[in-house]
Amino acid sequence: MVSDSALTIRGLHYSYGAHHVVDGIDLDAATGSILGVLGPNGAGKSTTISLAVGTRAPDAGRVEIFGHDPFRDHASTSLLAGVMLQDGGLPMSAKPLQVLRHLASLYPNPLSVDELAEPLGLHEFSTRTIRRLSGGQKQRVALAAALIGRPRLVFLDEPCAGLDPQAREVVHDFIRELAAASVAVVLTTHDLAEAEELADEVVVIDRGRIIAQGAPEDLRNASPAGRRLVITVGQPLEPAPRELLATMNRIAATSVVGAALVVDGDLDSTQIAGLCTAVAEAGLAITDIDMHSQSLADVFFELTGRPLR
Amino acid sequence: MRTKRVIAQTKFETISVLRNGEQLLLSLILPLGMLIFLAKAPLLSGLGIVGPGADPLTVALPGALSLCLASTAFTGQAIATAFDRRYGVLRQLATTPLGTNGLILGKLGAVVAVVVIQFILAFAIAVGLGFNSPVNPLALILTTLLGTAALLSLGLLMAGTVRAEATLAGANLIWVLMAGVGGLVIAHPGEWGTVVGYLPSGALGDAMRAAVGGAGFDIKALIVLLVWGLLGTFAARRWFRFE
Repeated sequence: MVSDSALTIRGLHYSYGAHHVVDGIDLDAATGSILGVLGPNGAGKSTTISLAVGTRAPDAGRVEIFGHDPFRDHASTSLLAGVMLQDGGLPMSAKPLQVLRHLASLYPNPLSVDELAEPLGLHEFSTRTIRRLSGGQKQRVALAAALIGRPRLVFLDEPCAGLDPQAREVVHDFIRELAAASVAVVLTTHDLAEAEELADEVVVIDRGRIIAQGAPEDLRNASPAGRRLVITVGQPLEPAPRELLATMNRIAATSVVGAALVVDGDLDSTQIAGLCTAVAEAGLAITDIDMHSQSLADVFFELTGRPLR
Repeated sequence: MRTKRVIAQTKFETISVLRNGEQLLLSLILPLGMLIFLAKAPLLSGLGIVGPGADPLTVALPGALSLCLASTAFTGQAIATAFDRRYGVLRQLATTPLGTNGLILGKLGAVVAVVVIQFILAFAIAVGLGFNSPVNPLALILTTLLGTAALLSLGLLMAGTVRAEATLAGANLIWVLMAGVGGLVIAHPGEWGTVVGYLPSGALGDAMRAAVGGAGFDIKALIVLLVWGLLGTFAARRWFRFE
């Protein structure tokens, strides 16, 4: 498969007054691949998408969609790029298939509405107006709306927010099929599992800047802490149990996050047993024990000092 | 292709208006109900607004036509656009080949389509009630176009700058004020009449009363509408925010 550059962003800047929402972002998305853009709410992901599709003009920097500027040459880029907005962007008083038929009429060579309605299960609720749909149902209509014009580059802003696991799987399959059909997919999410599962490459944005990028596995491996033990107890650990922490810290570096004790390092069986014993002796009920290698969530925490959500 | 898209958007927006119960109440039931009420009840002659023996339809019909414009071009579009803006519909459509300009042209087209339907019904009812005063078609068309431009641009300005709930309340309140005291439906005597003559509502009312059952062109009122249209368009282009 030949992959071309579908989206090139260089030195992108955008501010609301004195607040730099997008502060020097570079991005590349290639056909046939999925780029995950990760970051907490307010990191600048949605603004970056607005700038990339030309609904706002950047303060500085440039955006190219298959070589065209989306702000100046909207006629070209609107045919090449499909957008699924976070809030859906659907007229409330119309029915799903009416909206899709209308959107289809705006493109020269659209998909047929049935081609999308069938696999996304839109027929189940096609007699209701958008206003009466659940969040997950709206999301599916919005995904169809992004794809109806046969785009070669798709921006999906939190496409699985509010979906149940089954609908989520349907959407994930759709996204993989798009990439397999040589479409470039730009997926913003704050769901790390989703990014790990789908993305070929991940860009982590925080406060308008890229703080890490690479393949999900590279990002994980680049992190210094290899393994981690998380012991969750029945109640929030406030105030922090000093004595217990002192005991645990003699075995390995331990910190408190909410109702969990987080122990970093390569631990052997004796150490794990000692840690659990210490928790039990402190009179705390253990509700969950989790040992895992670094996830993107941990990477994010390490890079920013804040949890992703 | 571009024309085709604008026509598609016009059709979609027109159907949305005609399917929406509140919009129908605002656009058809209230103005046409008022037309029939003012024509049949002895209110206008009782208040001395029309002279004894004069046809109340010479006031009621232009009043109803102006109210139709206020409903469709101002209040209806302001509310619909405000909620479309809130739900991201404007941003979504702006990313399609329709684009921002196509979106505005589609709205303008839908307003004109609904106004044509309103006018046909209003004239049919008026003629059925015995209206036979002169109408200057050219003045009517010019008044309608300039009135639409002024009211639509101001409605969109409101929809694009304040919150949807504020637009909902404000656009309805302004509709009531325009109809009640703004010179839209009846000409007000004295200083108040002079003041509202410089507002879009009073100027539209004056121009409409001249075009339908009156002297033809009210040049001053048409100029006032033109100025409001230019100001509204400039302000909407300057301050309208998609989100």
